[in-house]
Amino acid sequence: MRQRHASQATRRAREFEAFVAGAAGRLLHAATLLTAEAPDDNPRARRLLTLSLAHTYACWDRLRGEDPYDRTRQYLAARFARGAWHQYGGFGRSRPHPASPLAPLTPQERLILVLRLYEGVGEEQTAALLGLSAERVRAVCHRATTTLLHRSRNPGAAAPAAKAGPS
Amino acid sequence: MRGNDREAAVRRLMEQTPRPVPPEIHTEAVRRGGRMLRRRALTRRVLWLLAFAAVVAFTVWALTVHPWVEPPSDTTPPLTGW
Repeated sequence: MRQRHASQATRRAREFEAFVAGAAGRLLHAATLLTAEAPDDNPRARRLLTLSLAHTYACWDRLRGEDPYDRTRQYLAARFARGAWHQYGGFGRSRPHPASPLAPLTPQERLILVLRLYEGVGEEQTAALLGLSAERVRAVCHRATTTLLHRSRNPGAAAPAAKAGPS
Repeated sequence: MRGNDREAAVRRLMEQTPRPVPPEIHTEAVRRGGRMLRRRALTRRVLWLLAFAAVVAFTVWALTVHPWVEPPSDTTPPLTGW
């Protein structure tokens, strides 16, 4: 019994290490896009990724053929959505770093844009993950795309929402 | 298509050269995940222990009290002297 436990633990450690080596780079970049931090200075994105990976590690033996990348991404998105609701709205909101490509967007717009376009998750799946309707996801995605492209075409112009002007 | 062009432009904005991932993310994730696993195992063990104790307590109580035996009536006086 104890021996089986130990062999399971070593197998899990080995598989998890391989998974992190393959997937962490892309996930860290996605998390940095979500938190809108500079690519070199991203403590919040790292924390988000660490907690998501810890959750995946804890569920590793019960995945039963499910994709661990998918699981981690789901947890990351859900955790970011919850955190954005609790911490980053309102007065003490941490400002997006101007070096981030998604700095002019709100947290929800960033989340939907990253899931839909960077990660390529389907519209219905994104909607189900965030508890929104598919039409709403499409509308937010469209609006965020417009904001971003308008912004990148004439960077001197003020952003429509004037949320995160490079100061 | 116009929509596809826009999406491709946004994708290009988001794609950047991948940065090396700091190794402490892996070690920290393993540490936290291992702690979560240990806590779950401990909780499960405690709950099983509680369930076992409850079963034992119930059995002992049932064997000593015999709750299925009808208690002797003490409101109606014994019927004597008809």
